[in-house]
Amino acid sequence: MVDRFVTRGFTGRRDRGGGTADAARRTPPGQYLTTDFPVLSAGPTPRTPLDRWTFTIEGLVREPVTWSWDAFRALPARDWTVDISCVTKWTKLDMRWRGVSVDTLLEGVELGDRAAFVIAWSDGDYTTNLPLGDVLNGAAFVAWEYDGRPLSPEHGGPARLVVPARYFWKSAKWIRGLRITDRDEPGFWESLGYHNRGDQWLEERYGGD
Amino acid sequence: MTSPIAWRLATIVGIRDETPTVKSFALSIPDWPSHRPGQHVDLRLTAADGYSVERSYSIASEPERAGLVDLTVERIEDGEVSTFLHDIAEVGDRIELRGPIGGYFVWDIAAAGPLYLVAGGSGVVPLMAMLRHRAGAAAERRPRAGLLFSSRHAEEIIYRAELHRLAGAGDGLTVWHTLTRSRPDGWAGYDRRIDERMLAETLEPVGIGARAFICGPTALVETAANALVRLGLPPDRVRTERFGPSGT
Repeated sequence: MVDRFVTRGFTGRRDRGGGTADAARRTPPGQYLTTDFPVLSAGPTPRTPLDRWTFTIEGLVREPVTWSWDAFRALPARDWTVDISCVTKWTKLDMRWRGVSVDTLLEGVELGDRAAFVIAWSDGDYTTNLPLGDVLNGAAFVAWEYDGRPLSPEHGGPARLVVPARYFWKSAKWIRGLRITDRDEPGFWESLGYHNRGDQWLEERYGGD
Repeated sequence: MTSPIAWRLATIVGIRDETPTVKSFALSIPDWPSHRPGQHVDLRLTAADGYSVERSYSIASEPERAGLVDLTVERIEDGEVSTFLHDIAEVGDRIELRGPIGGYFVWDIAAAGPLYLVAGGSGVVPLMAMLRHRAGAAAERRPRAGLLFSSRHAEEIIYRAELHRLAGAGDGLTVWHTLTRSRPDGWAGYDRRIDERMLAETLEPVGIGARAFICGPTALVETAANALVRLGLPPDRVRTERFGPSGT
């Protein structure tokens, strides 16, 4: 641990993780636990009618694929219970989602030889970038339900990406597609001072961390 | 490679009561690289045994004050950092901090067009940095501006006197208050939660070409951002910061 300046008079409440060792172990450095589900976004909440909603995989694929809302919802889905950490410092344990894994989505396309990165893009022009390895093998899914109910618009509904092993800005709200690329292109927050990878266990919050 | 945003040691050089539950802390940071109005900092407190906590706070002060940063902090009853700042911290104490952070919810005088601000409670803090920055610019450079500010009770209005003074300067800034829980006798401002009609009435004199910044609890931000888009502001001119639970 790097040298830290001891703050006069600060002892702390020591209730991190509600006091349980398990919760403390699951809380990344610099984070605090919350039971709320805070909302963070940079602008107005986009609203695309479901009859015009599509999800597309494009870029370095042999044939792009596009699903309608109904077709997307008919993909093999499963329940996920994951811990989420936001760069604004809250961590919420055991968040329950339902959705389809990115692995399943990519079964619908044939990746090009040079495919190495993925850009998630959303309504409202939001983007975020990830190495393909960060979204494969069960590491990421597109969710349309949270806690047994349809995902609300302010939380990213109708559907959002969820990448539990990265800070939550990587979990693009209002997702509409994935673009496969051979080179890394910084997304919205990654271009505005936030870390390119965003691993919460390494506290990769801001560029240079 | 980008170099990391370094942790710096800030010294508290002033503490001011803003309301019964909100205080401003003036911090001296000799090597502060300056900031843009709307940005925030991360604060880190460490106990003698190494136990450490971090929180983010918006910067309240304008960037023109070299080496000085004001943070305005609401005391959250079960908060670990805000209770320390309110109850224990004193002038002369030193605190670790790094920043500035955030590159989207920012405004400075070079931006063209009017400035329209909507705040709920302590959401006014980053917007105050914008208004202080605006007030420090040459009069002919100050764009038309408006702040619609929602508080619960009159005694909870943060920066009330300073906002009154800024709005009285006759330089094109208008401040509208709304009180959602109780009103003093003779209250002439709005008396309800921010709604589309209130937004339309206050945006109109500022102008539809405005850049809008909204900061407050999620429900307020959702209401205001969606209404401003319906009123004709392009979505990329409506920028938001939120805090607090989602309410759903």
